[in-house]
Amino acid sequence: MSTATERVWAALEALTDPEIPVVTLRELGILREVNDAPDGLEVVITPTYSGCPAMGQIEDDVRATLAELGVAARVVTRLSPPWTTDWMSDAAKAKLHAYGIAPPHTRPPADVSVMRFIKRPVADVVSCPHCGSSHTVVTSQFGSTACKALYKCLDCQEPFDYFKPY
Amino acid sequence: MSTPIDYLLHLADNAVVLGQRNAEWCGHGPILEEDLALANVSLDLIGQARLLYQRVAELQGGDATEDKLAYFRDAHEFRNYTLLELPHHGPLVGYAAADRDYATTIVRNFLYSALMVLVWDGLQNSSDAGLAAIAAKSIKEASYHLHHARDWLVRMGDGTDESHARVQAAVNHLMPYTEEFWTISPAEGAAVAAHVAVDVWALRPAWDALVNDALAEATLSRPNFHGYVTEGKVGLHSEHLGFLLAEMQSLARAHPDGRW
Repeated sequence: MSTATERVWAALEALTDPEIPVVTLRELGILREVNDAPDGLEVVITPTYSGCPAMGQIEDDVRATLAELGVAARVVTRLSPPWTTDWMSDAAKAKLHAYGIAPPHTRPPADVSVMRFIKRPVADVVSCPHCGSSHTVVTSQFGSTACKALYKCLDCQEPFDYFKPY
Repeated sequence: MSTPIDYLLHLADNAVVLGQRNAEWCGHGPILEEDLALANVSLDLIGQARLLYQRVAELQGGDATEDKLAYFRDAHEFRNYTLLELPHHGPLVGYAAADRDYATTIVRNFLYSALMVLVWDGLQNSSDAGLAAIAAKSIKEASYHLHHARDWLVRMGDGTDESHARVQAAVNHLMPYTEEFWTISPAEGAAVAAHVAVDVWALRPAWDALVNDALAEATLSRPNFHGYVTEGKVGLHSEHLGFLLAEMQSLARAHPDGRW
């Protein structure tokens, strides 16, 4: 890694998600690469949900950080491979949990048969981030943002968000 | 390269029109959780439409942009299924209006997302790499949309007499419009031949199984259909699309190139 890319990584490392300020963009798997391309530095980010309004803010934050650093670098948005919650680091999952958001389960291995869509979907059993109980129930599959579902703990009675596997 | 463009516009117009329709519930949802859910589903759909319009603009080159495609084409240039432009209530004469009916919203979202999980699944292998990348993202979102709509279909169908009657009326009203899924437009035929698109006919048995399974669990019946097949995807729309687009496009047309 060149000195320039190291400097960029070090600066971008501090950027957090606009909606969930306890986790960094790198931990979430949004910030993918810093490349020393022949025609200059490029920073690769990958979008989460197609309509996530935070993506514009994230790109602006990356650009502002690069400008502050005085580095001329392109910001490239790459769709493929698609972002997945499986890229989230264990450290990020622990931070989400401490913040009161149940972290995403690992995605099950892809079922190649289209018949998987016909089976009645079963809601994930999610442990309450407040009391640890697995005696919880889904209230709604969409919470304050598309990436989260609303759950309620039947033991401590607290509502909480579950970061859905994507 | 007109083949992928026409097909991509069909997919994009589907997403933007249903996204705009469902966004009408924003601030008017029957309960807070559903207000949020519909807004989130709309965001996903509008996000998918943006990615698809961006891909079209990239293929068209020149001064084409996603905004020009969404805001500066008229109704006859839109290639969405007629199903997706209908208002959130049962059939009325063209100028009449009624309160929004959540059963209509849910049944339409169910019928469309049941199709799209299958379409996106197939499109992950599209010969158009840009479309394949969009499909690999969109299928994850469509799976959640299907999950949400199916849950409510079952809750309302297998609910009270009132909810059952309303959701059955919505099924009877909307099911005939799904016949349009299975006719092959020239754009679709050409895109299938170029391995850009999936052949929807091959998806029909899975869609039927998915729909019949959910209707049975919801204690609903599936109406028989013999009649007129809509042709929104070749640009022949109902009277409702113009009003929807007028609302969606008026700001961009009043302030061309405006930035905020």
